[in-house]
Amino acid sequence: MRVPPEPVQVVKGRRDAALARLVETVPFVTFLGMGFERRGDELTAILPFRDELIGNPVLPALHGGATAAFLETAAIVALAWSQMWDAMEAGALPAEGRLALPKTITFSVDYLRTGLPRDAYARARVARSGRRFASVHVEAWQDIRTKPFAQATGHFLMPSAA
Amino acid sequence: MVRAMQSDNPQDRERIARAFVAALPFARALNLSLESIGEGSAALSMPWSDRLVGDPATGVIHGGAVFALLDTCAGTAVLSHPSRPRSTATLDLRIDYMRAAVPGRRIVARAECFHMARSVAFVRATAEDGESRPLATAAGTFAVEAARRGVPE
Repeated sequence: MRVPPEPVQVVKGRRDAALARLVETVPFVTFLGMGFERRGDELTAILPFRDELIGNPVLPALHGGATAAFLETAAIVALAWSQMWDAMEAGALPAEGRLALPKTITFSVDYLRTGLPRDAYARARVARSGRRFASVHVEAWQDIRTKPFAQATGHFLMPSAA
Repeated sequence: MVRAMQSDNPQDRERIARAFVAALPFARALNLSLESIGEGSAALSMPWSDRLVGDPATGVIHGGAVFALLDTCAGTAVLSHPSRPRSTATLDLRIDYMRAAVPGRRIVARAECFHMARSVAFVRATAEDGESRPLATAAGTFAVEAARRGVPE
């Protein structure tokens, strides 16, 4: 006999709880004021604009460091999220206590346009995820999705290998 | 990033550089302060703060905060170059994280602008926290707007 599919609210509730748990693990996410939106397994990182994020008060423009920090955080969360996906779909919530995160080995940012004093969005793509290492590409945009203002590639050490 | 340090007097330059770092809202949010400034070199520090932690289990500062420190330091080094660029903006910056920052320690970044072309500056930087080995190194390029000759400020 066929097992009936789980009710949609149960699946969504579990996914949202797992994502919230992952995000609140990192105090730096709060410092930046970042948020995440989820559609299925796709995450969009959001950086609402605040005056504190400005690097050039004359233009004004986002600080390159704020942009980089946003991209790096988006990449780490996306990578950790993809790692926990299978267990989560099998019904498991991440265990209480320590949640091991990937560690950044290198992070390389290209600044393509001036970051405007507006909200920024980022999506990361896990290009390769192995037992020890993972490589993630991440792109950030503001008003127009096809005109990214920054992109980055990072290599990460996976928690099990640390 | 904007505003030049167009003074040949070292004390003036340090005062201008200090004001420059203090004028950047994100640098203020991270509590960055100028340690020293030279001719194409700069040192900036960032105190440890629980708000900047990336992994609460270890208390280690998030890589993004270290990135922001190194980026600001590298940009400050560019602006202090003897060619006195009017403004600069990061084109790309790559960071290698060699190890975790020691929790509770202040991080000091040092950057050197080792080559200045007409519109691009080349910079290297390191971040240290008092251990013998640096915790991260960075290499990047910065777009620069050269000083205008003969135009009074």
